[in-house]
Amino acid sequence: MSVLVNKNSRVIVQGFTGSEGTFHASQMIEYGTNVVGGVTPGKGGQTHLNLPVFNTVLDAVEATGADVSVIFVPPVYAADGIIEAAAAGIKLVACISEGIPVADMVRVKHILSDHPETRLIGPNCPGVITPGEAKVGIMPGFIHKKGHVGVISRSGTLSYETVDQLTKLGLGQSTCIGIGGDQIIGTPTVEAVKLLMNDPDTHGIIIIGEIGGSMETDAARWIKEYGTKPVVGFIAGQTAPKGRRMGHAGAIIGGSADTAAAKMKIMRECGLTVVESLADIGKAMYDLLN
Amino acid sequence: MNLHEYQSKEILRKSGTHVPEGIVALNVDEAVNAAKTIMEKTGTDTVAIKAQVHAGGRGKGGGVKIAKSIEDVKKFAEEILGMTLITPQTGPHGKLVRKVLIEEGIYQPGPSEIKELYVSILLNRTIGRYMVVYSRQGGMDIETIASETPNLIFKEEIHPVGLQAYQARKIAFNLGLSGKAFSQMVKFMMSLYDAFIKNDLAQLEINPVVKTANDDIFAADAKCIIDDNALCRHPDLVELRDIYEEAPAEVEAGENNLNFVKLDGNVGCMVNGAGLAMATMDIIKLSGGDPANFLDVGGSANAKSVAAGFRIILEDPNVKAILINIFGGIVRCDRVATGIVDAYNEIGNIPVPVIIRLQGTNAMEGKKIIDESGLKVYTAVTLEEAAALVRKIVD
Repeated sequence: MSVLVNKNSRVIVQGFTGSEGTFHASQMIEYGTNVVGGVTPGKGGQTHLNLPVFNTVLDAVEATGADVSVIFVPPVYAADGIIEAAAAGIKLVACISEGIPVADMVRVKHILSDHPETRLIGPNCPGVITPGEAKVGIMPGFIHKKGHVGVISRSGTLSYETVDQLTKLGLGQSTCIGIGGDQIIGTPTVEAVKLLMNDPDTHGIIIIGEIGGSMETDAARWIKEYGTKPVVGFIAGQTAPKGRRMGHAGAIIGGSADTAAAKMKIMRECGLTVVESLADIGKAMYDLLN
Repeated sequence: MNLHEYQSKEILRKSGTHVPEGIVALNVDEAVNAAKTIMEKTGTDTVAIKAQVHAGGRGKGGGVKIAKSIEDVKKFAEEILGMTLITPQTGPHGKLVRKVLIEEGIYQPGPSEIKELYVSILLNRTIGRYMVVYSRQGGMDIETIASETPNLIFKEEIHPVGLQAYQARKIAFNLGLSGKAFSQMVKFMMSLYDAFIKNDLAQLEINPVVKTANDDIFAADAKCIIDDNALCRHPDLVELRDIYEEAPAEVEAGENNLNFVKLDGNVGCMVNGAGLAMATMDIIKLSGGDPANFLDVGGSANAKSVAAGFRIILEDPNVKAILINIFGGIVRCDRVATGIVDAYNEIGNIPVPVIIRLQGTNAMEGKKIIDESGLKVYTAVTLEEAAALVRKIVD
């Protein structure tokens, strides 16, 4: 078992024929992901990477039975891409694009409430991977190993670092979910935690958070109430100054509640194992599971 | 992107928001002429002279003066233009004042009591919608009000289709307004929301909103922040950028596609990925140092970007060591290592110890390239090793 994506997922790529889309689609196919086609408006009917190109997501869904889409379109068009995927009935939309205007995401979030069957992962994320089955995104596949740790992260490279530590300690991963670094994202931490808590194949969960917002503490409070598995937590930005955006649009300290220290304190109070140094994150999960 | 007060007010004026008559001036002569024009146009003999810098609390630092004559205007403009303004938000070094806004005085005596209110529009990230935050306690630091008397702050969530008229009325009622001031406030709120949406603002703060003694509503101050990600669809707003208000090192970093934030510590760092960059800063602190910066070199760390990163970090004389932390995913560590060696040779002598940690794709090949280059640097593979090296150098 796993969550969100597996070997039966039928994946299409929006922004298929662009340079990013082409490169990462090839990597996904090489990993063994069941990519069934792609979408580039105006290039419908062509063949790219030996797969069919469609003008619209709906055409692609009707022709291929796709249920997962990964989006590589430029940020100002990405919101429209997400909405198009939802309207076509795609079940899981992973939006990799970084730099979507906030107003566009307010609109996306509102329209997605009309499509409860569609789940959005991201934007501004590396995507989702179920090791050994499907890689839907831009993460380096080879560092992953099939196993039982679920990883949830707001940051790409932080999740790679964590996965690398886990794999080298012999701990594989069930599914790694890159939820994204923006202020408005489709699947907040707590939603990802619920998925992994309900997955019998996931034995432990790692939450990699950042300064800004309250997603990690919301998740910690839910875990305190309903959690059934060991959870390791980490918050990047313990040394970040207030009011400055640290790379990710969502990584900015607004008040006293969204500092790393405040979040780590609540996560500890809710029973999570919190590490201060990223160097200790894999080991912490290893200790909990052994 | 932050805007000056005078730019923010120009944006608001275009949406029909009531703002005082004002003209920006770059020198004393312009200030005097501006004051004469405003006095003639409005019939007032009082004008405000306000320093235009990207920082709040300007009044406290002596950057805002009220003039009751042209002589006063000349005197205050001479004082403020060219001064280094220090406010609670500028830091100890302050900011050089290059422009002043000359503005119609709106705090004139009259039949009713003058009131200072607070209104802002911003994102509520938990619900993914914009909201209006407002209070009868204007003119003060809103964070102080929020922490000391949170019951005095109201919030109104805005549906994505837009602010509704009943909400604008509710806000005006809650602000304690009636009669002419009430109806002006309703229009004021609708125009603020219009400006917010039309210009893709990330944040809009009016502190204070002034109800004058004649029951008129004015934005006495205004602070707009534009959503950087939306600038591409507002070429007119891009021109409002004032790079003199930004830290020079951050401007230089931006020109090299580096994401850089200056901090006060003694260990510089260069990292791929924003999250890993923050975590690396934290590791520096946990190892006994203090991070001198945040620097994300992005997904394609190459010789050019690494060289620019070195130069920017080394501009700070407090930097005693530099930690480069790369996790190679799609980017291969051997290519990054070659980039680092080229950058190192291009710069020549780097006067502080450099620790290079390469992990991920082709990490060992990368380490080999660094080790065989003859560069006097420390190399590490795991984060623990990198942290230990930082500790050793800082001690």
